[in-house]
Amino acid sequence: MGSKTIQKEENPKIEGKIKELLDHLEKETCIKIRLEVEDKIEKYQLSETEIETVIKEVIKDYKKALVEAGEAVGIVAAQSVGEPGTQMTLRTFHYAGVAELNVTLGLPRLIEIVDARKNPSTPTMTIYLDEEHNNEEKKAKEVAKKLEMITVERVASNVEIDIATYQINIKLDEKLLKDREVTFEEVAEKVRGKMGKEKVQANPEKFMITIDLEGKTFGEMQKLLEKIEKIHVKGAKDINRIVIQKDLNKGEWVLHTEGTNLPEVLRTPGVDYTRTTTNNIHEIASTLGIEAARNAIMREAMHVLEEQGLNVDIRHIMLIADLMTYTGEIRQIGRHGISGEKESVLARAGFEVTVKHLLEASIAGHIDELKGITENVIVGQIVPVGTGTVELLQIPTFSKKPKE
Amino acid sequence: MSLMPTKQVEAIEFGLMTPDTIRKMSVARIITADTYDEDGLPITGGLMDGRLGTIEPGQRCKTCGNRVGECPGHFGHIELARPVIHVGYAKLIYKILRATCRQCSRLKLSEEEKKELRKRLHKTMKLFGQTETKVVDEVLKKARTETCPYCESKQNKIRLEKPTTFYEETEEGPKKLGSLEIREWLEKIHNEDCELMGINPEKARPEWMIWTVLPVPPVVIRPSITLESGVRSEDDLTHKLVDIIRINQKLRENIEAGAPSLIVEDLWELLQYHATTLLDNEVSGIPPARHRSGRALRTLTQRLKGKEGRFRSNLSGKRVDFSARTVISPDPNLSINEVGIPEEIAKILTVPEKVTDWNIEALKRLVLAGPAEVEGVNYVVRPDGRRIDLRFVRDKQTIADSLEPKYIIERHIRDGDLVLFNRQPSLHRMSIMAHMAKIMPHRTFRLNLCVCPPYNADFDGDEMNAHIPQGGEAKAEALELMLVQKQILSPRYGGPIIGAIQDYITSAFLLSKKDTFLKKKEACQLLLAAGYSGPLPPPEVAEPEPMWSGKQIVSLIIPKGLNMTLKANNCRHCETCKEENCPYDAYVKVKDGRLICGILDRKTLGAQQPKNMIHRIVKEFGSDEARRFLDSLGKLLIAFISRHGFSMGLRDIAVLKEAQERIRAIIEEKEKKVLVLIKSFEKRELERLPGRTEEETLEMQIRQELSDARDTAGEVITSEYLNPKNPIAIMAKSGARGSALNLAQMIACVGQQSVRGERISRGYKNRTLPHFKPGDIGSKARGFVESSFRKGLAPIEFFFHASGGREGLVDTAVRTSTSGYMQRRLINALQDLKAEYDGTIRNAIGDIIQFKFGEDGIDPSKSDYGKAVDVDMIIENFVLTKRKEKV
Repeated sequence: MGSKTIQKEENPKIEGKIKELLDHLEKETCIKIRLEVEDKIEKYQLSETEIETVIKEVIKDYKKALVEAGEAVGIVAAQSVGEPGTQMTLRTFHYAGVAELNVTLGLPRLIEIVDARKNPSTPTMTIYLDEEHNNEEKKAKEVAKKLEMITVERVASNVEIDIATYQINIKLDEKLLKDREVTFEEVAEKVRGKMGKEKVQANPEKFMITIDLEGKTFGEMQKLLEKIEKIHVKGAKDINRIVIQKDLNKGEWVLHTEGTNLPEVLRTPGVDYTRTTTNNIHEIASTLGIEAARNAIMREAMHVLEEQGLNVDIRHIMLIADLMTYTGEIRQIGRHGISGEKESVLARAGFEVTVKHLLEASIAGHIDELKGITENVIVGQIVPVGTGTVELLQIPTFSKKPKE
Repeated sequence: MSLMPTKQVEAIEFGLMTPDTIRKMSVARIITADTYDEDGLPITGGLMDGRLGTIEPGQRCKTCGNRVGECPGHFGHIELARPVIHVGYAKLIYKILRATCRQCSRLKLSEEEKKELRKRLHKTMKLFGQTETKVVDEVLKKARTETCPYCESKQNKIRLEKPTTFYEETEEGPKKLGSLEIREWLEKIHNEDCELMGINPEKARPEWMIWTVLPVPPVVIRPSITLESGVRSEDDLTHKLVDIIRINQKLRENIEAGAPSLIVEDLWELLQYHATTLLDNEVSGIPPARHRSGRALRTLTQRLKGKEGRFRSNLSGKRVDFSARTVISPDPNLSINEVGIPEEIAKILTVPEKVTDWNIEALKRLVLAGPAEVEGVNYVVRPDGRRIDLRFVRDKQTIADSLEPKYIIERHIRDGDLVLFNRQPSLHRMSIMAHMAKIMPHRTFRLNLCVCPPYNADFDGDEMNAHIPQGGEAKAEALELMLVQKQILSPRYGGPIIGAIQDYITSAFLLSKKDTFLKKKEACQLLLAAGYSGPLPPPEVAEPEPMWSGKQIVSLIIPKGLNMTLKANNCRHCETCKEENCPYDAYVKVKDGRLICGILDRKTLGAQQPKNMIHRIVKEFGSDEARRFLDSLGKLLIAFISRHGFSMGLRDIAVLKEAQERIRAIIEEKEKKVLVLIKSFEKRELERLPGRTEEETLEMQIRQELSDARDTAGEVITSEYLNPKNPIAIMAKSGARGSALNLAQMIACVGQQSVRGERISRGYKNRTLPHFKPGDIGSKARGFVESSFRKGLAPIEFFFHASGGREGLVDTAVRTSTSGYMQRRLINALQDLKAEYDGTIRNAIGDIIQFKFGEDGIDPSKSDYGKAVDVDMIIENFVLTKRKEKV
């Protein structure tokens, strides 16, 4: 919806007076409406005079529907997102289109989004492929193989501690190696890199890697064993699992992953980097920038609500996303973000951790200028939104006695 | 009550109180720990000193001379024998001690560094108006050097032992830092250095964080209560202050007597403990001060903090007069913007009315009616502010005669007065709407059923609140912005939230069915109920008796000029819509206010159905017309369904033997399939789904089969054995209530019960109940209920059903609290955002959040289900109709 930028293409058929009219329309309203009117002109074969009346009416209706000055859009947006929250299911897991992948949805996910959590509880990516790879399952699999993270554990048939010799033995599985397209040397190299060259002995004939751990305690060795199992050999880090699925609407093959690594995936050939995305908003912010993160917040929130069959206007979510990102970094909705960084002392004290804010304000000699809502409620004054925006006062005077 | 605010608070400044200001504002130095003498009179110089304000009714304050309500209370003070550290600032003091020099008290940074940091600080001040905590933190960290760059003395390490004890790590070992010592250290800090440490020296010198004088709060904030037995019970704060004074006294005596420093030290520590707990009784590291009963004292911090604290409970939330609360009940005869107010309530709630030369006669009559009559007056307020309570007036005539312009009377509310009506939880703005009062007998609030959805109200004991706006501005705002019909369109999605529900929808469905025909008498009765007074159209059937179709009757109350098409609830979404010739009559078409075809149901009239008829009427004819339409539609539909009759009972879910056999067969077949699946799983022949284990695959497939069982059984019943006139089917079909699933559960089979989205699997070891063999994963052992609600559940099934039901209950309970907290945070973060005159969206301090709201500046509540302009509609109305006219 709103997350797509609307491409403005010049329609060569539109020229002269009509173009002028449309330009006027766009100036008065917005591009979305111009494009719609352009469509309709063609559909109904409107004449020039007809176009003129239509445009006049469109502008009139558009102006009628504008937000009025003073409107408390923030409160309305918060209510519009908060109220359906009560109707949402709390059930955490849902299938995200693919039966094999579970994704957190519903209220917990919505809270995760507004909390701007660093890591979503179920990180997942939707990887679209370029035209060359998205028609055939085989080609999609090729890309998937390149992406899937392979650890030592996943190509080894056995990893064990030999207490007698103070060694850790890794027995690699030839079949698995072949299947995952990893060579023995690659694995050995990675293990050497992590554990130090001197300690690692590789025996390519036996598919054995041995690590000397002379002088370590058993506990330490066990910790090391776990570490060794997790050594990253190939593929994009954190992409734990990939499910290949055919998108029935678009008829193309799409990859769904468990775990995210946006920068790595975007770099991989075969991936359509224009459409590929993740549900980790912070990752989007760090790789694609804050504007992309803002769109991601909108998309994710909208997706949660739509999945539950709840109607919420995208503009409300846009406002929340914009508020979370307008400073250039993602800020949480709550104590550690927007509410905690408000300028007004009283507003902060009125939300959470009351005393801390009062003490800090006193020592720094802050002045609360009473510009927000809570502050004015606290001192008992009219709140500066809606009808309270207007600063005109009528001085009531009694009229003279009526003539009898 | 004056219309003009006389004073405005422009800003509130925060700062620390200097010892001098504390002394200056004090009206009494408190010296004795006793409160009252033997006669029960407050002791002068005690904590209940009369100069601190009064709490006894009738008594006058010794400082200001006012009585209880008017006297604001006055502070006293205690001179402390030794300074005491403010707990809240212990951490900051620690940071400052580490950043400044032990000898010369200067911030341990070179001049250049200071200059550079000061520059940065000023820059952030300019940009954000406040000191940037990041810069300050950096200053405090950087200055932790080991030698002072000014006096070059070596710095000892300072240690803070929580909450308030400081140690200096000298070469001879740790040495305790006394409060006097620390205070001296802080006193020497330069003002310029303060600024860098985030302290505003004009409002808060660092040494003021250590108390030498303690302000004693006025008695009004720590009132003592006299119990029935005559025993006085003091406030927690008073108790704490008594402790402080007692120890302070002892400490002073000991110091003066030159007692050993060990004793003085101990006493000082005790004083510090009491001062600490006076401020905050939940500091970690020390035991909270307790009442004799063992209850922890509620001291200053506790008073402010949390949901029940001063801020959230008393400052952000306020109590009001002129409000009422009672149970609600339905009344379909009221308009949607009316509310029935019980007479008893109406006689208590009042509206002020100014006496003028134009209304004096009417008001005199009201005054004569007095406070006991339904339309009467409770008070008369004279221009000098004197209030006359009419309850105690014998001769109302003289009062009525004395009325003159500029008098104000407080009259009872009467029909047509504005009432703000509210139901908690107030989750969105439609939770408070303005209604017109309608004074009625009996003791409940009455409301039209169509406004239930916005309030989310039902009548199982719900209570609601009414508030009476008192001033002109309040009334005007209520009338123009909050009236029910102005809220028909929800700002959440730009569609109607008010509309027909439940029986209204059933009734509309029955009335607008193709085969509903009404005789003249019936038609006239319905139209009379609806308030229609125009002529009858020509009857649709002339012979043998003139008959009118239900569609014709409904058409009469649809506004003339309404054109719309829409698909009904029972639309089958055929590939090509046959439109007017729809076999299910699901294509609703209204032309010039006439219902040409289609059944009216939830999609057309229901609440929360965007783009329905109510939506179109609001958009094209305005909200007042929509209100009229809803009112007369409601009455028409109620009249129809009460004549038609509609109910359901057990016989409506009883089906033929044959049908029961079919259901049994379907379920048995599916259960067999499940057995087959389990067999193949045990033989490890089951084909795994990608990315799933065999167990998971089996579970998924079993669940699939069993849900199929219920669905097909339900499907078979509804399509083959159910009378189309079955009331449950009608309700489901029209969307009034219930669904095909409910129907299937009642007639065919309740189906799989689940907990946490899985078949029920917990209970005993490897089995759900002792009735099954361990490891049984068959359908019945895992919560499949094959009985129907009609047949009744077997005990085991009943248990599983209860398990599933319990999860649902827990879920709702948890959900309300988590979603409530989320909404609180959302509101708090977004509340200051508003649209400015230039169309931008800004926060309280004027930062631009959006240049245009929602990228197009459109208010969703004025939009058409999110769309700013309905271009099709414009073309239809301004082009296509004209084209036709030409032809």
